[in-house]
This record gives sequence, C-alpha cells and structure tokens, in this order.
Amino acid sequence: MALNNNLNLKDHFHETQIFNQRVLIAGVIMFILLILLLSRMVYLQISNQQYYSTLSENNRVNIQPIPPTRGLIFDRNGILLAQNLPSFTLEIIPEHVEDLNKTLENLSQLITVSEDDLKRFHSNRRKKRRFEGIPLRFRLNEEEVAKISVQLYKLPGVNISAQLSRHYPQGKLAAHAVGYVSRINEAELRKLNASNYSATTHIGKVGIERTYEDLLHGQVGFEHVETNAQGRVLRVLDRTLPVSGKNLYLNMDSKVQAIAEQSLAENNGSLVAIDPRNGAVLAIASMPIYDPNLFVHGISSENYKALSTSAERPLFNRALRGQYPPGSTVKPLMGLAGLELNELHAHDEINCPGWYMIKSDERRYRDWKKEGHKKTDLLKAITESCDVFFYDLALTLGIDNMSSYLAHFGLGQKTGIDLLGELSGLNPSREWKRRNRNLPWFPGETLITGIGQGFMLTTPLQLANATAAIATLGQRFKPRMLYAIQDEQNGELKPTKAETLSSVPINEISHWQTIIHSMKNVVHSIYGTARGINRNLKYTIAGKTGTAQVFGIAQDAEYKKEEIAKKLQDHALFIGFAPIENPRIAVALIVENGGSGGAVAAPIVRKVMDQYLLNLNEDKTVPLNTATKSEGVAAQ
Amino acid sequence: MSWQNSTSEGFREENRISAGRRLLYRLHIDLPLWIGIMLLAAMGMVVLYSAGDKSIELLNRQFVRLFIAFIVMIAIAQINPSTLKHWAPWLFGIGLLMLIAVLVFGDVGKGAQRWLNLGLFRFQPSELMKIAVPIMTAWYLAEAPLPPRRGRLIIATVIVIVPTLLIAKQPDLGTSLLIASSGIFVLLLAGLGWKLIFSVMALMAASAPVFWNYLLHDYQRQRVLTFLNPETDPLGSGYHIIQSTIAIGSGGVYGKGWLNGTQAHLDFLPERSTDFVFAVFSEEFGFLGILLLLAVYIAVISRGIIIAVNAQDTFSRLVAGSLTLTFFVYVFVNIGMVSGILPVVGLPLPLISYGGTSMVTIMAAFGILMSIQTHRKLVGS
Repeated sequence: MALNNNLNLKDHFHETQIFNQRVLIAGVIMFILLILLLSRMVYLQISNQQYYSTLSENNRVNIQPIPPTRGLIFDRNGILLAQNLPSFTLEIIPEHVEDLNKTLENLSQLITVSEDDLKRFHSNRRKKRRFEGIPLRFRLNEEEVAKISVQLYKLPGVNISAQLSRHYPQGKLAAHAVGYVSRINEAELRKLNASNYSATTHIGKVGIERTYEDLLHGQVGFEHVETNAQGRVLRVLDRTLPVSGKNLYLNMDSKVQAIAEQSLAENNGSLVAIDPRNGAVLAIASMPIYDPNLFVHGISSENYKALSTSAERPLFNRALRGQYPPGSTVKPLMGLAGLELNELHAHDEINCPGWYMIKSDERRYRDWKKEGHKKTDLLKAITESCDVFFYDLALTLGIDNMSSYLAHFGLGQKTGIDLLGELSGLNPSREWKRRNRNLPWFPGETLITGIGQGFMLTTPLQLANATAAIATLGQRFKPRMLYAIQDEQNGELKPTKAETLSSVPINEISHWQTIIHSMKNVVHSIYGTARGINRNLKYTIAGKTGTAQVFGIAQDAEYKKEEIAKKLQDHALFIGFAPIENPRIAVALIVENGGSGGAVAAPIVRKVMDQYLLNLNEDKTVPLNTATKSEGVAAQ
Repeated sequence: MSWQNSTSEGFREENRISAGRRLLYRLHIDLPLWIGIMLLAAMGMVVLYSAGDKSIELLNRQFVRLFIAFIVMIAIAQINPSTLKHWAPWLFGIGLLMLIAVLVFGDVGKGAQRWLNLGLFRFQPSELMKIAVPIMTAWYLAEAPLPPRRGRLIIATVIVIVPTLLIAKQPDLGTSLLIASSGIFVLLLAGLGWKLIFSVMALMAASAPVFWNYLLHDYQRQRVLTFLNPETDPLGSGYHIIQSTIAIGSGGVYGKGWLNGTQAHLDFLPERSTDFVFAVFSEEFGFLGILLLLAVYIAVISRGIIIAVNAQDTFSRLVAGSLTLTFFVYVFVNIGMVSGILPVVGLPLPLISYGGTSMVTIMAAFGILMSIQTHRKLVGS
C-alpha cells in the first residue's frame, strides 16, 4: 500500500485531473439528459395537456343511458291493457366466475337451461366485456329466483337482475288492436333514433304499441358515471332522468270487446263497433286471437310455428285486413244511391219472380228466395233483402254511378284508422277492371255488384264506418283507437280530436230517412230478416243482414272433408246502428262460414249493443282485471 | 496540498460553529446528503399515500423499510473506505458465488430466478453486486496508476461483464444494465481512453442485431417494440405506457391535486405504487411538482459528485463517482420509461417507489458516500 502510494505520487495530480475532467463530462451529459426529460414533461404536460386531459376524462367518464318506462295502455274505462312488470334475468359476469363450465353445470341443475339459452349466452360472451353481465335465462319465475338466490353464495359471478318488461294483463283480449312489443330487430335498429333507443330493448311491433310507439316510448335518460379501468361504475357524476312514455287511453270498451270476442269464439270472424258521433272505435275484434305475452320475450319457435301455420290464421287481423264481399249489407247504400241519384222513387215497385234476366244474357240471376218476393218496393226489398229488386236497380244505375256513390261512404279506400296494415277493400268500377284485369265490364257484373257480390270487397272496419255514416246522415269520421293521452303532471286525460272525413253529399234528407226506416224494419218488422233479435229489445236498431258467398279468405288444400264443408258455407254478416233516434253505436260483423246473417250474425251484434247501450256492468261471464296503479312499478 | 488544508480549516471552523454538526460528523453523517434523502423519502411517503389508495398499512411497511435502510446506511457510513477497499475482493467473490447459486437453485418469482433462499430470509444477490461490482472495479483499477493499461482494462472488463451476464441470465435486464453501467462508470472515471470508448460504442452498435436476436428474451423484445409504438397494442403491452403518459400529460402545470389523480385512483395506471409511481406524482402535482422533485434529485446527485471530487484517494473517488452516476441512471431510466421515452425496464424510482430490495441497496450506496465524505480527515492526517 505504502509502496503503491510512493510509486504513484507523481501521478496523483494527473489522476485527479483526469477524474475531474471525466466528472465534468458526466455532469454535462447528465444535464443534457435532464433537459431531455424536462422537455418530455413540457411536451406532455404543457403542450399537450389538453389532449391528455381529454384522454383521461374519456378514460373515466362514461355515459350510460337509462331506459324510459314505457307508457301504459288503458281502455276507455281505465281497465289496464298493457303494463310493465319486473322480470328477472339470470346473468353471469365472467370475470367473477372461477370455472364457467362448472357454474353453468350447477345452474342447469337448479333451473332449466335450454340449448338455445346456452348458444345465445356463448355468442353474447364473445361480444361483451368481462365485467358485463351476460344473460343466460330470461323471465325466471319466482320459484327459480328463490332456488338460485339460496345458492348464490356458492355461485360467484352469478347475478339475478330485474328489468321492467311489458305484460298484457288481459291476455288475448284485443290482442290485434293493442298489439305487442318485442325485441328490436336489425332493420328497425337502422331506422330508429339510436340515441333515444340506446337503452331500449323492445319496440312496438303491431297495433297500438306500434302506431303510438313514439308516445309510449318516452325519452331516454343519461347518467354520466365515473368508471375505473375495468369499466366498473364507481359513482354517478350527473344524471338526466328519462321521461316516461305517455299513458294512452283507448276508445275501446273492454267489456264490449270481450262480448264480441266470446261470441265469435266458435266461428272465426270480425266485429267492429264505432261511435258514429266521432269515429271512436268501441270494439275491434278479430278471431281467432293469440296471446301477445308470448312475443315479449321472444316467442319460441314451436309457438311461432303453431301460430303462423295455423289454417285459422290467428295472427291475421281480420278487422283491418280481412276483405270480404259485403253481400246484402250493401243494399241500404244501393237504395240510397238510387234515391239520391233520382233513378228510383221510394214507392217504385218491381215484380220479383225469384229470378232476373238481362236481355243479352241467357243466364238467370237468382233471388235467395226461390219463389220470389212478388210485388216489391224499396222498403220491402231492404226489409226482406230482395235480390231481384237490387239487380234491377243496379242495371238502372250502372256500374259507374254505383261505384262513385259507394266511394262517398269510403268503400275501396282505407279509413285511415290509427292502426297500421289496413287494407282498402275493393269498390269495383269499369276503370278498375280495365286497368287490373284488362277486360271490359260486363252487365252481369253490374247485377251481382248490386247485391255486394262479384269483385266487391270490404273490410269489417269499412263496413262499420259506412254504417256509421248512414246513422249520421252522411257525416263521416276517421275511426280512432286513441281516446286520450294522460298528462304526466296532473294525470288529467287530454282527449284527442275527432277527425272528419269528407261527408256524403245529401240531395234529399227524406231519402236517408227512408233507408233508415227500411233498416229499422229489418229488425223491428215481423218480416225483417233480423226480426229474431227484437225480442225484449229496449232500444231501436237499424240493421241489415248479409250472407256472402265464400271467397277471399284462402282455402287450404290440406283440409279434411268435414272442414271443407264448413269452409264452403257462406259468411254471415250484419251491420247496424242504435238507437235510431240518437245513434251511439254502429257495428259491422262478419262471421266466417257462419251461414245466415239474420240467425247467426244479428244476435251477436245485439249482445254487443246491449252491453254498450245498457251498460251491463255486472256481467260475470267477462273476466277482466281492473286497472292497477300505473306508477306502482318504478324504473330500476 | 492546498485544497486539503482549506477543508481542514473549514472543518475546524464547523467545529467551532456547531456542536450538532460535529455530532453528525462523528456519526459519519453528511448533512446535505441526509437532507436530500429525507426530502425524497418524505415526498415518496406523500405520493405513496395517494398511489396506495390511502393505505396506512402500505405506508407503515414503507416506513419500516426506510427505517431499516437508514440504519444500513448509517452502519455502512461507519466503515472506513480503506476497510471497504480491503473487503472488495471478498464481497465480489461472495456475490459471484451467490449469483451462480441462484442460477443453480434459486427461487423462481414472476418468471425470473432472482432470489436465494437463505432459510431465514430471501436474498437477491444481484443487489449485493450493485455495490460489489463498482467497489471491485475501483479497487482493481486503483491498484495501478491511472489511466489503466490494456491488461488491467481487460481484467476489469471481465469483472464487470461476468456478473452482468449472470444477472441478465436470471433474467433481470434492468439490474444487469445498472450493474454494467456502475462498472463502466468506474472505467470511464478512471480515464479510459477516448479512442477505446468510441470503438467500443461502434462495436456495440454493430453487435446490436446479435444482441437483439439471441440475447434478449421474447418479453424483453416485446417491451422494446411496444415502446417504439405503444398504440399497436393498446390493451396489451402498450397499455402501461399509454396510461402513464395520459397520467403525466393530464396533470398539466399544476397537477390535479394530491389524492385527485383519476388515472391512479381509478386503476388505469398499473404498478402505480412501484415502478410507475412517477406517473402518479406527475398527475397529482403537475409540472411544478416534477421541477421540485428533479431539483431534489439534482441536489442529491450534485452532493454525490462533490463528495467524489473531494475524495482523497483514487478508490474513494471512483466508487463515489460511480455510485452517484448509477443513482442518476436509476432516476433517468425510471422517469424516461414512465414518460415513454425509454422502453419499459423494471426499475423503481429511487427512494420514492414502494418496497423493493433496491431501497436498501441505494441507501447502502449513500452510506458509502457518507463514509467517504466523513472519513476524509483520517486519510488526510
């Protein structure tokens, strides 16, 4: 050591010099590196602070939509038709699950988990993040909820969540009219306001649910939430509450509707009842019918197949889309046409031998009454439904006059009801036939059009609205399902305004009175075709029976023989309004393959009118749930 | 020599002025260094309280660790540098044997074999080498006049490279780079010729592809690739860098305030109380906070440099210089990696990051610096 020091004493100063020089260089380098670090900080924190702040905010603040509560649907008396009930969903949060397969196995031992459920679960799992709940089973019943709740401590990551889901407490009642909601499909998604529907899973597909989707849906709410790196919500920073959808009240009277549906239960058919004073739809039945609750959570494929392939066509809304020949129910309009167009006088008589022939034609056009009605004027022709009288009248009027006059009553046109999918029927004309069939009009066709056969087609809704127009002496309204919208603040009902349609021009008011008189005779005279319903009648009905030869509704080749026989029977029709002095209800009814209008259709219409006009509230045969407090089920 | 006299006179003057300072000198504590270390440790505790989500338990453990590290520092400060010099070959030899032992039967943790289980406690021999390598190199080079001749250089290089490779093999790239640089600093401070320096640098550049292809592990290569372009894998290995730059950048000039860092408190920042603690600090205290922190680091490093320059023998000078520069490397590499200008290498921010055996090692190094500073009069007299 000492030797070393002695030997190197000379170099000591030199060594120090080298060292100090090197330290100086190191200091300079360190200084440069520090400047580099600092400029990086200036770059990040000063030049780009805004940018990184935004990134940091985006990191932590998420916007979560809150679904609005869908508006409720009531009938005119406040009976609840569509409500929201809590529905329980079984969810699995993957990040909390230790062994997914084992968990799924355990769950399937507790409750039924179908192949479809698993398939949907696994496909959702790929789309969602690990901390998000993935639904495994929807609509758990109370027993299932209880079974799982007891075992939850053993099943980490399994969660039962409650959502509001649509429920139709009256089940099948007026299902076509009320409609249903179902999951939003891709096509709808493209058309929707994406932000307003960002939290909504279901949308109205049919009926009122669809027509008034905008009113029922409400306005989505938003929460600005702070989330951590895993996306878990830590706190709510700001909240815009959703605005619930509006509660809607329908013109429909559930009890009238129920009577109509029950009466039609055996035969398929449709009944439409309208208040002639304002177009309010009091009942709109189409039978057979389906349970709308099946659709809310995604109808099972078996159920859907059963509904869609049934020859009875329960999904088909006959009231709007069923196009039937009106048959003799068109005769009052024909008579009115004759009078108003001055081609007929009230007391003009013809002789009815039971058949009619036109000069150029060998064919005999038969009356329904083989032996004929003999001497017949307009009153008798409507009361007894003489065909020959109207063959003659039709020939006198000609197809052009007929079709243009019937058009005043809305035949061949959509009524414009607030339900989607309405068909226009067919009010045939020379022009129509040339355009659509490329054929000339034959006089024989004029004859059968005169008794509501041939090309002529009407929907029950059109017939009801035309009947209402007779009752009001030509004043016409657009049929309306919606009665009122409930004000969310004070709960008051704001009735919607009646919309008028173009009135039927009137030449002579007595012509109308003549027709109404003849229709009164149909029910109240001892010769009337619907005289069977006048027993103990407490009010007056003006009506008209009809019996239409079958076509229009498709026949299925696979039918068994006895059913074919049934399917070939005539449709029974009845139109009418009451009371005559102050009409409050106008009804059109068609009973498919019902046979005679007087014997089958008219009694049903009377039951409906009795219910509406006499207000038989105590009718125990009509089970109906009463309205529950609408706000009882709050949003989550 | 004149500078020796002046410091002795200075010391006598201190002696007169302050009894407290004399006590510190007797305890071999260097006051400026002590203050700097205390400031850093205090700032560390403050930021750790936030980074650890107000966990008192975390603070307690850090406090205990700091306390132990301070005791180690003071203990080492009592050791005369000449004694340390005598121990150098022994420390190095033991360290080398333990490194080999680690490779043969060490504990595996996080995919690397770094720990040696000594029954009572686990020990990381690479930490010992952080001290042993610069001491050994300095001892060896100080044996002969400087600048070192070729033969000495080759052996000194072997002294540096062998432990570096052993540690790199564990694998622990960060530590092996630190150890290599601590040895290389000794060589550079000893007056390694410029020609040689530049040719070695050229050689290294040339051999980089070999290094890249054969010596790096996949995850290490991945880290470098991610560093070069973090957005290619924003949720995978780029996530750390992206989130920490967001944290730093969003801090702005004044920071979001203590305990208010959203990146840190909402789990976006990974490793936030250990290697990435600087991001938490920057987010909450902003650019001004960084200036303060760097000022304290600069003060500590400057004091280290002053101690090195004032040291009275070659060995002390080389050791003090190398340890100080290595400390700078710690700071620079950590901040560089957290702010995205260097690839992610697992190095803590010295005296701030939570835990790590490295805390004790760093404090031991400061102990050596203090020893060198406070034993001077003995050498001089």
